[in-house]
Amino acid sequence: MRTEKPSWAQSVGPVALVAAVLIVVWYAAAVWLNAPQVIERFDGIGNPWGARELVDATWSMERPVLPAPHQIVADWWASVFGADLDSPRSLVYHAGVTLSSTILGFALGLALGVLIAIGVVHSRVLDRGLLPWIIASQTIPILAIAPMVVVVLGSLGYPPLVSKAVISMYLCFFPVAVGMVKGLRSPEVLQLDLMRTWSATPAQRLVKLRLPAAVPFLFASARIAIATSLIGAIVGELPTGAQAGLGARLLSGSYFGQTIQIWSALLMASLLGVLLVAAVGAVERLVARWMGAAA
Amino acid sequence: MNRRNAMTALAVLVLAVIADALLSRVQGDGPKGAEAAAVWWLLAGWVLLLWFVLGRLAQLRGRVLGLLAPALFGLAMLYLWEIAVVGWDVPRVLLPAPHAVGEALAARWGALRADFRQTAVSVVAGYCAGCGAGFGVALLADRYRLLQRGLLPLAGMAGAVPIVGIAPIMVMWFGFDWQSKAAVAAIVTFFPMLVNTLAGLASVDAMHRDLMRTYGAGHLATLLKLRLPSALPFVFNALKINSTLALISAIVAEFFGSPIYGLGFRISAEVARMNVDVVWAAIALAALAGSVFYGLIALVERAMTFWHASYRS
Repeated sequence: MRTEKPSWAQSVGPVALVAAVLIVVWYAAAVWLNAPQVIERFDGIGNPWGARELVDATWSMERPVLPAPHQIVADWWASVFGADLDSPRSLVYHAGVTLSSTILGFALGLALGVLIAIGVVHSRVLDRGLLPWIIASQTIPILAIAPMVVVVLGSLGYPPLVSKAVISMYLCFFPVAVGMVKGLRSPEVLQLDLMRTWSATPAQRLVKLRLPAAVPFLFASARIAIATSLIGAIVGELPTGAQAGLGARLLSGSYFGQTIQIWSALLMASLLGVLLVAAVGAVERLVARWMGAAA
Repeated sequence: MNRRNAMTALAVLVLAVIADALLSRVQGDGPKGAEAAAVWWLLAGWVLLLWFVLGRLAQLRGRVLGLLAPALFGLAMLYLWEIAVVGWDVPRVLLPAPHAVGEALAARWGALRADFRQTAVSVVAGYCAGCGAGFGVALLADRYRLLQRGLLPLAGMAGAVPIVGIAPIMVMWFGFDWQSKAAVAAIVTFFPMLVNTLAGLASVDAMHRDLMRTYGAGHLATLLKLRLPSALPFVFNALKINSTLALISAIVAEFFGSPIYGLGFRISAEVARMNVDVVWAAIALAALAGSVFYGLIALVERAMTFWHASYRS
């Protein structure tokens, strides 16, 4: 096995094949999982049925145990393009609600993480006292505080956008802080010495050497952070009957047994996640070009 | 003990005495007027002294001495939390004082223990299933290049997807008990294990691989004697990431429906009743469990990959 990464073109065929196999398995599983209900219904109304009727029925149920992929895509299409953008039936509306708190939380978390990292790099007290706690706190299931933050901030009169963004911020700032500390420390001794020979102030050292050196680390952390920020926003929409957002859509789907609705919300959330990570990657390339990296 | 260390020890003692005095002043009705101002000025001085002591402690090195600075920092944060909440009469609903959380933990210990057991069962079951499956599929994908080329981009994409949203589906399929939570944890932990194991198996030095070839070693022998051992650090990395992920996903899955116990259930139920101190107690328990879980894996890692560069300082 060679260690170099296969090119994009080399991957397309295999990816398509694996995806096709997954979809075929999905259709088969839909028949298998939905069959008991369908057979019960057929037998109940005394309808004679064969394999063909069974398969047709399992792929077109209203509340299937496992909806077939085309049902999910159809529901997704209908709720994205078939509904008014501001109506609660529109998935775009829900995605927008989730997206806004994801981005707000991501921005806050990024700022907080960078600030803490700068503090840690410049203060020995923060380095030896605070950093171990930041690292240890990555082993903590922070997401568990989500319902409490939403309810407590909600009872203080803050809009849901803020409380969801606070959760996302909590989740974001750990990877960013840890990555940025690594990045700000990445300049070599030689480079730091050179800055000293130019009698650069600590602020100049930070702006001209440490921050540019930390940019690749920042983006590596940002990719992780924006994905967790999305998870934070969705989980923040779960408690106390939130009315809008992909998380609320998941929850209402699970209350009313609307499996197709859950799956299409999941599809939307996945698309959103992939798009957000891709957007961070695009910004990274732009910044790299702006900073003069070889394209 | 030299004079410098004696000074630091004395400063720590002074810190403790002032801290105790301040806390007893702000309890009850709290100080009024000029006394209140004095208390807050004293607290500001206390923070300055703390910073000085931490600066001293931060210079200490060594296995035990190096832990002093983070330990004092953590204690000081707890103390400032306590004194801020007690002193400013922060509503219990907003933020309970640490001592209230401790009392809640003690008072509700029976219920919380049952919650913990319920969640732990689903976490461990899902963790083992997800990590095992991820490892197995990685071995398969390593053997068949086509599978690897097809699977790796998809698995990488899974990192951007909020998989935990699958929870309501799993609750519908597997019911309210631990099985549905284990299923969510298994799915969430599968992908990091797959991606990391594949990266680990690919990390082998070309020189080492050539050496195995000169020995005439086949795929299996190379895998067992060279590539799996050198993939171990990557596998343990996934095991550590997954320990947190499994706990989080089990707790979130419990928000979607669970029997009348489980840490996630306790959190969502007590939040609805505004018993925030019990919620914090449940979170503290989850945090402790997460750290212990992580620590255990780190210990096993140390025992199994003692040869790795990161442990041979």
